Order: sequence, then structure tokens, then C-alpha cells
Amino acid sequence: MCGIVGLFLKNPKMEPQLGQLLSGMLSTMCERGPDSAGFAIYGSGTEGRSKITLQSATAAEDFAKLKAALAKDKKLDAQLTTNDTHAVLSVPSDKVDEVLATLSADFPSIRIMATGENIEIYKEVGYPTEVAKRFDLAHMSGSHAIGHTRMATESAVTTLGAHPFSTGADECLVHNGSLSNHNSLRRELIRDGMKFNTENDTEVAASYLTWRMKQGMNLGEALEKSLDDLDGFFNFVVGTKEGFGVVRDPIACKPAVMAETDDYVAFGSEYRALAGLPGIDKAKVWEPEPSTVYFWQR
Amino acid sequence: MQQLIGDLMRTFDLAQSPLRELNEELHRQTDGSNQPQWEIVNPRGGHAIAVGLDAPVKVDIRGSVGYYCAGMNKKASVTVHGSAGPGVAENMMSGRVVIKGDASQYAGATGRGGLLVIEGNASSRCGISMKGIDIVVKGNIGHMSAFMAQSGHLVVLGDAGDALGDSIYEAQLFVRGKVKSLGADCIEKEMRPEHQEALTKLLADAGIKDAKASEFRRYGSARKLYNFNIDNADAY
Repeated sequence: MCGIVGLFLKNPKMEPQLGQLLSGMLSTMCERGPDSAGFAIYGSGTEGRSKITLQSATAAEDFAKLKAALAKDKKLDAQLTTNDTHAVLSVPSDKVDEVLATLSADFPSIRIMATGENIEIYKEVGYPTEVAKRFDLAHMSGSHAIGHTRMATESAVTTLGAHPFSTGADECLVHNGSLSNHNSLRRELIRDGMKFNTENDTEVAASYLTWRMKQGMNLGEALEKSLDDLDGFFNFVVGTKEGFGVVRDPIACKPAVMAETDDYVAFGSEYRALAGLPGIDKAKVWEPEPSTVYFWQR
Repeated sequence: MQQLIGDLMRTFDLAQSPLRELNEELHRQTDGSNQPQWEIVNPRGGHAIAVGLDAPVKVDIRGSVGYYCAGMNKKASVTVHGSAGPGVAENMMSGRVVIKGDASQYAGATGRGGLLVIEGNASSRCGISMKGIDIVVKGNIGHMSAFMAQSGHLVVLGDAGDALGDSIYEAQLFVRGKVKSLGADCIEKEMRPEHQEALTKLLADAGIKDAKASEFRRYGSARKLYNFNIDNADAY
């Protein structure tokens, strides 16, 4: 199973409502994925600054330690905003690599969920409505967001096994389905220098896209290529700084429905996820075609 | 008369009452039911709405439905004034199911009888393993439709996707538009007068006036796959 929801706002006036709308959509997909949930939200950014979303199983301790370390380093100009087990670290964009290296060396129990100018990724084990509540999704704003509810089928129920997966700066991926060639593909990607945190199949898909983009493909091309190289069932919804994309495998047995109005484009694993959106009765509603890459950007 | 119909019509609001209550009440209806007309509002993509009906009642659903709407339908006439999720009218036995919008995958799967009309498009696997149901789709159908279809008719006014009628038995397929590809052992067949006649009747039953039987091509089984022949072993 698993449930996916996605909302891309065309009308900037709706941005303050994004979290509330996505939270409503996510709550309809609980039965499809009661194990864990997560979401990526593209909020407002600050010119020249980037956000690093952090997560820790021992958040209170780790984030206090990190805060103390940051206070000592006046030159860095970093701000840490904690949110339950997650925190967003805002740093100047040219310092991101340096900060990531320091985090990995000095704070091994802190995990990096996402980096980018706009993206923040939050994910945890637990019932989806509870996960949305802990991070107060309903009060977040932004231009677009993707959410996922997970029913684990091929790897453990852990925070890192939850979706979305980061595929690069300001990019993320969620998946409904199961890949059958992920082990062989993971070996090939490791040989080519990619790093993995889990045994999860979706992490392989995310890493595959990152790897393709490192070779010079854009996201659309990487998604097209994934149709040749990934075997199994998949509905992917990907987020980028400017927009979001959808692709279904050729067999298309995982459900998907989309809606578009003048104000937004929305994705749901089922129509239930879209039923509460404003103006849905007048929206264009359709099922995305198999083996077809759909993309919206501002 | 209008007043009488008004009294006989019962409206059920799924935003107010649970689905199980609705289906239980619908199951209580019998052939001589004095509650022949039902209107269901606020379906909001819910699953298994109006499944397992077994009485000649008329049900109008105002909005879009999720998985398995009108499954196992017998005698009832169910109209969805919206789109339907996967498995609409699955294993239908008799009666009539009309979808005003689109239908998702495996619409009418394993259906044994009755008429399913989809006024929009149907996605993949429409009529998979159909066993006597008649399905009329005004729009297009997706890939792998009528896979292992055993009997009944599938009529498509638009185009058909890949692998139409793969491993088909004796169902008859009529397509007005293009067929992207035919599945294993499915071939185009001659349209004889009896097929024209059957198709004309199906179109009339589905309330379609702007299509003539002569505009369709017929597809069916080459009968080489399901009658085992050792010479065809490499096709298995």
C-alpha cells in the first residue's frame, strides 16, 4: 500500500494554507500507510542562505549541544530552529558543505534529512495524523509540498525508512510500490560512489535519480531513464525547488489520481485525498498515464 | 406523481452516517421493496459504496467514489455522478451501473452479467477476466483490457491501449478508435450481421445515439492459445 499526497500551488495567495491543506490530505491516507509518515515542504527562503533539516533520536541532547557549538562560532551566522525530533539549521549557502562535514564529524547521531534553499523534510515512525501533529504541519506555509504514509513491505519501519527521501539540494522523492531490482542497482550505485543509509528500495530510487543528475541529466530526463532501469511497481512523486513531477511505471497497478484548477495541481493515491480541496468539484480530475512523466513548475 | 416519487426517494448523507449503515439498509431491500429510489450524497471518494445489492433499486451517487463501488451488483441500477476508483462493478452479476465520469483500473473485472456504462475513460485492465458482463466505454480504455476475458462484450467508442484482449477466450471486443496493440492470441475478426446486430443493441442499451455499429472493428480470440496444441508450446 502506502499513500502519497502532493499539492503544488499556482496561486501564491494560498501559500499560508499549504500546511493545513496538506495535513488534511495526509489524514485521509492513514489506512494506506499507518507505520510512519513524512512530508517535504517548500517554504520561503532567504537569498544567499540554505536550510539543513536535521533529525536525531536523542534530539534534546543533540540539538542543545549543537546550539552551544554554534554560539561559539560567531563567524558562521547560523540559526537553529528546533521542531520535535527535527531542527532546521539556516546557514549561508556557501557554507553548506563545510557545515555538513562538521556535523558528520562532530555530531554522528544527527541525521541529515534535506538541504536546500527552500525544502524542509520531516518524517517519523507513527500514525500519520500524529506525525503531522508533532511537527505542526497545519501551520506551515509554502509553495508546494509532498506527503507520504508508509506501509512497510520490504524493509524495517524506521525513521530513515520513511519517506520523503532527499535526492539532492531542494529535491525529494516519495514512492508507492516496490522495486524488484533494488539490491543489484544499489551494488552498482555503491560501486560508483553513492552512499546508502538503509536497505530501503526507495532510497535506491532516490540515489539513482541523484546519480543520473550528477551525470548531467535534468530531473525530467532522469525520471524518463528510470523507466528503463528500475524494475518493479512504482508511483513516484518528486519535488524540486520550483515544482513537482509524477511518474508511474508501465504496469501502473498502484493507484494515482490528479486534479488541477487555476489555483493548484494536486496528487493523491486516491480521490479521498483530493475530496477536501477547495474547488475540487470544478477541477479537472484524471488518472495519470503509465510510463509518462508529468511536471509542473512555476 | 412527483410527490409520490419524492416520498419514495430516500437520501443518505455519507457525511452524516457511516457507510456500513448505508450498505446494510441497501441489503435489506428486496424485490418488492417499497424504497426503490436512493440518493447518496457526500461520497468523497469512499470505498465499497453500494456493494452487494440484490434488489431492483435505483441508486444515484452524487460525487466521486473510491475502490469497489457497486461490486457484486445484482438487479440494481447504480449511477455514479462523478468518477470511480479501482474495481468499479467488480464481479457484477446483473443490473446496470453507469459512471458519468472516468473509471480507474479493472472496471467490471470478472463481471458475470449486467451492463456497465462508463461515459468517460476507463484506465488499465478494464474488463479483466470478464465472464458475461457487457461493458460500454464512451472514451478510451487503458492497457491490458479484457485480459483473459471469457464471455460478454466490451465496446469502446474511443481508443484501446496496449495488449488488448491478451489471452482472451470467447468475449467479443468492439473498438471504434485505434488499438495500440493486441495481446497474445487476440486478433481482428470479421464483423458479421449478427455482430452488427448485437453491437447495435448494446449501443442502444447504453443510450448511445452518436455511434453506428458499422464504425467499429471486432476483435476476439484466435483460439490458438487456450486450446493447447503442442505446436504452440513456444507461445506459452
